[in-house]
Amino acid sequence: MGGYVGRRPARHAFDLRGRVSAMTTEERRQLSDAPVPNYHLSERQLERMYYYMRLSRSLNERMMALQRQGRAAFVIAGAGQEAAQVGAAMALRPGVDWLAPYYRDLGMNIVLGMTAREAMLNELAKADDPNSFGRQMPAHWGSVSRKIVTQSSVVATQLLHATGIALGAKMRNDPIVVLTCCGEGSTSRGDFHEALNFAAIHKLPVIFYVQNNGYAISEPTVKEMPVEHVADRGQAYGIRGQVVDGMDVVAVYQTLRPAVELTRRGNGPFLIEAKCYRLWAHSSDDDDTRYRPRKELEEWALKDPVVVFRQRLLEDGMFAEEELAEIDELVTQEVRDAVEWAQQMPDPKPEDALGYVYREVQ
Amino acid sequence: MAEVNVLEAIRETLDEALSEDDRVFIIGEDVEAGGVFRATDGLAKRHPGRVKDSPLAESSIIGISIGAAHYGMRPIAEIQFADFIHAGFDQLCSEASRWSYRTKGEQYLPMVVRTPWGGGVHGGQHHSQSIEAYYTHMPGIKVVAPSFPADYRSLLKASIADPNPVLFLEHKRTYRLVKQDVANAPAETSIGRARITRRGADLTMFAYGLMLHECLAASEELAGEGIECTVVDLLSLQPLDVETVLEAARMTGKVLVVHEDTLTGGFGGEIAALIAEHAFEYLDAPIRRLAAPDIPAMPYHHAMEAFFMPDKQKIAAAARDLAAY
Repeated sequence: MGGYVGRRPARHAFDLRGRVSAMTTEERRQLSDAPVPNYHLSERQLERMYYYMRLSRSLNERMMALQRQGRAAFVIAGAGQEAAQVGAAMALRPGVDWLAPYYRDLGMNIVLGMTAREAMLNELAKADDPNSFGRQMPAHWGSVSRKIVTQSSVVATQLLHATGIALGAKMRNDPIVVLTCCGEGSTSRGDFHEALNFAAIHKLPVIFYVQNNGYAISEPTVKEMPVEHVADRGQAYGIRGQVVDGMDVVAVYQTLRPAVELTRRGNGPFLIEAKCYRLWAHSSDDDDTRYRPRKELEEWALKDPVVVFRQRLLEDGMFAEEELAEIDELVTQEVRDAVEWAQQMPDPKPEDALGYVYREVQ
Repeated sequence: MAEVNVLEAIRETLDEALSEDDRVFIIGEDVEAGGVFRATDGLAKRHPGRVKDSPLAESSIIGISIGAAHYGMRPIAEIQFADFIHAGFDQLCSEASRWSYRTKGEQYLPMVVRTPWGGGVHGGQHHSQSIEAYYTHMPGIKVVAPSFPADYRSLLKASIADPNPVLFLEHKRTYRLVKQDVANAPAETSIGRARITRRGADLTMFAYGLMLHECLAASEELAGEGIECTVVDLLSLQPLDVETVLEAARMTGKVLVVHEDTLTGGFGGEIAALIAEHAFEYLDAPIRRLAAPDIPAMPYHHAMEAFFMPDKQKIAAAARDLAAY
């Protein structure tokens, strides 16, 4: 967060308890009794939300520029999904709760502690990239200390890993929550269905969080599923499904925060679908003009979650323009520093390809 | 001590592991009721909550085991028949095998996937398969295939203690067929070591699972004809005990590799290649592979099943030819 600290007490707060539909009276009581205070958003939290979203977008922009300059091989980004990611990750308890992310989740990683420098080490596949040390493509996350599960490029497999972690936690009576993410495209795979089914049978502390960004590479949602909402599929498994406006970071937080606490308290898993939009092509290798109508993109661009949230903070009188400009400048500097620093860092040696295939038997 | 069969050796070992380490649990189809082969019989009652029935979904059995192992548990997954593991191939090969590699060892998976494999039980195409070649081709997974009860016991213990994903192959035909006084039998305690089970100067056989027993039976018969065989029980296919393989090949200069899997791309090709590459000067005859014919899978009818599988007679015939070369 650099040196930026909010200077005023919060002028208003958001009541969160109404956001989860179909909550039982008992669950409402559980939440009102909850010792965890974060049911209201403070000014400090709103400021952090904006900072995280801005940093995530700026990093992605810089990564794409590096790729276009030939200084990075590949980019897969979360542009358009910053609200969905930051709002959800802020509902977790860092270092306690687990994240089994997917490749667009830069924003989530930032909330859980990834620095701009680390993100650039990852993008440039440097020897010290803490996620995979250059062994995987960029945006394949993983961190032991932050409880972020290593992921592959295969979609939906991580939903089962999250379910397994939740099973282990339940067997040990550990009061944790596992948040696992995927796009709506991943929900066609068998692992999505197998994970929901098992988690529901055993009432495991896992939240399946689908960031529906409208496209699976070139395929719009209508070619992926005949139902309107992924969340509706929850009912078939006995899981509560919930749709949230994934372009609205506050709505996302207000939905995830009580869901996280209910799940932690043994009320079973959730399937939460954040409706958002992939503002960029699938990846740096994709040309979305082949399949995506420009008009559609232009309409969604008006709802850009970073821009809209900034505007809202100003209109609501939470922050003055110069305060947000200060955050913007901080982010710009942080990203510039990260790029300069990471480019100087060593690449892996060719023979670093070897090793760590098996862990030594103790 | 009384003799135990393969199944009893496995069940006792699972029972001990559950008793000794509260991180250990079993997950699979029908395991609470004891499993279709009774390998987990009585364990659900003795260890409440730690023997877990799964829905009929193999990818989830393996994927959930990955998550649980990552969390610090010691899952032992059971895939009811090796033939059904293919639905979990993605989880084993895209995920489990690379967990350590892609994090440079920071994250790792102490998990075991047990599964009955092999034919000779009239199991037809989908209850008889040999699957080892798919997984020995995937660095990051260990593949263990014992033949005797004492090794089943010691290597299952080693597999549960291992910090890597281990595919533990149990030949279903041998479950009740092979008995041993495990207290006094030799037992290999480290994954990655082969054993020379029988020594003879004329030729060397390499095998695992049911075929190891067929090789031993054939060797007994051949001894009566004056042909003395060395028989190597490979025990662990990945990692493979290359040193023992080469030593045993050099001892006789004639090599017969036997497996129940189909010939092309089968694990025998790897043994043959290693010997050709590193012990060529010691060879007195071309390396011979005896395997199932290249048809998609084992047919059901008993006559065709017998035709498909190598056995004592086929092994003895191949060995006679080789000895006479």
